[in-house]
Amino acid sequence: MRVQEGVADTPLPPLQSVLHHGGGDAAVIGELAWGMTAAGTLIFIAVMVLLALSLRGHVRPLSPKLWIAGAGVAFPVVVLSILLGWSTWRSAELRPQGSNDALAISVTGKMWWWEVRYRDPASGREIAAANEIHIPVGKNVYLGLNAADVIHSLWIPALAGKRDMIPGRVTGLTLRADKPGIYRGQCAEYCGIQHARMALHVVAHPQAEYDAWLASQAQPALQPADPALQRGRAAFLDQRCQTCHTIRGMTEGQPGQQSLGPDLTHVGSRAQIAAGTLRTHQGTLAGWIADPHAAKPGVYMPASPDIDGASLRALAAYLESLK
Amino acid sequence: MISTVPSLITRSSIHHRAAPALPAALLVALLAGCGQGGGGLGPPHVRGGDIDTGKRLITQYQCTTCHVIPKVPGPNGESGPSLEHVGRLSYIAGGIPNQADNMVAWLRDPPALKPGTRMPSMGLSEQEARHMAAYLYTLR
Repeated sequence: MRVQEGVADTPLPPLQSVLHHGGGDAAVIGELAWGMTAAGTLIFIAVMVLLALSLRGHVRPLSPKLWIAGAGVAFPVVVLSILLGWSTWRSAELRPQGSNDALAISVTGKMWWWEVRYRDPASGREIAAANEIHIPVGKNVYLGLNAADVIHSLWIPALAGKRDMIPGRVTGLTLRADKPGIYRGQCAEYCGIQHARMALHVVAHPQAEYDAWLASQAQPALQPADPALQRGRAAFLDQRCQTCHTIRGMTEGQPGQQSLGPDLTHVGSRAQIAAGTLRTHQGTLAGWIADPHAAKPGVYMPASPDIDGASLRALAAYLESLK
Repeated sequence: MISTVPSLITRSSIHHRAAPALPAALLVALLAGCGQGGGGLGPPHVRGGDIDTGKRLITQYQCTTCHVIPKVPGPNGESGPSLEHVGRLSYIAGGIPNQADNMVAWLRDPPALKPGTRMPSMGLSEQEARHMAAYLYTLR
């Protein structure tokens, strides 16, 4: 396959799975789920065996008092107490939820994509990105969660449990990845027609790699030297893409302004576009710009049926070049 | 001998059971010759193109963002023409003869063949384009 920079050359992981954890909290949650399932299954099998024996009628009947006191009271009290104690003990090992001693990243759920904001340690400015949450390995990360329109829910099964994102309220989720990798996440609260295509990827880097990544994301987009890319940059402005999208260094939005569409300053560095819908390359970018509703019907971005071929290709090439 | 071929065809196609062995053999040879010729009935052969690899590449490059392509999962977009019967078309891109080499060149660099096209060049290698063309020619 063609070599691309960033995560685009790494094959994307398969769909998210709660059974393959990549961090402490998900391991605890997975263990609890397996334990509870195993206990429930054993009890179910025992009840079915008793039922089968009772139907055969050859066994000596026990007194009702013994049944009620033993199987009705003593057994549940003992078994449930053990399970309660075990789950309480294991749950206490879940990471404390809070932003103390954690790297803070803000994630805003929007219909139907994720805005991700980082703090640039060098300048103190906010860096907006979308649909990928990059984190350093082995470090607590606090995701401050909010929603711009309706209730969404952030769920990265390999790393942590779910947390609702509620308009007008900040919730939070602490997570930690113990090994580098790409973990898929998904909106877990029905939020409209494209809820199913509202995915994101968490990319866990070693600390040094993360620092380098953040520094590169903090850079504004440079004026391209290639005339073909310059034409794409001009097409971006001609098509009024800046009404909804920001490219830092070209179309600076007002500070604190809510952008309608994802920040595209480094869109070419992201593995996918449209919240996990399409891989990022010139072909999909051109197709998406021409008609986003083919891949994601109902999305707010309008189609551009009248754009001429040369401008469309130049625009797609320009966006791909924004690494 | 050659001058008798047309009448042999007529005879053998009407009375093929009664046709003697030699004209039947000639007919087979003639029809086989037709198949190998350029404007034949069979799909163009793409040298070094593997159909299954081509299908996988088409899936991976997500060509369905703009095209309807049978048996390839994806959005089945309509920004570009449907490729349901692309292997049966006389021309691609509205005027380029639908031959294997043209198809490969088109997939690699569409604007070079048709400057106003909306289809971008995606940096396919020659080999990738051959695999993809092989799959496209199965769509008839």
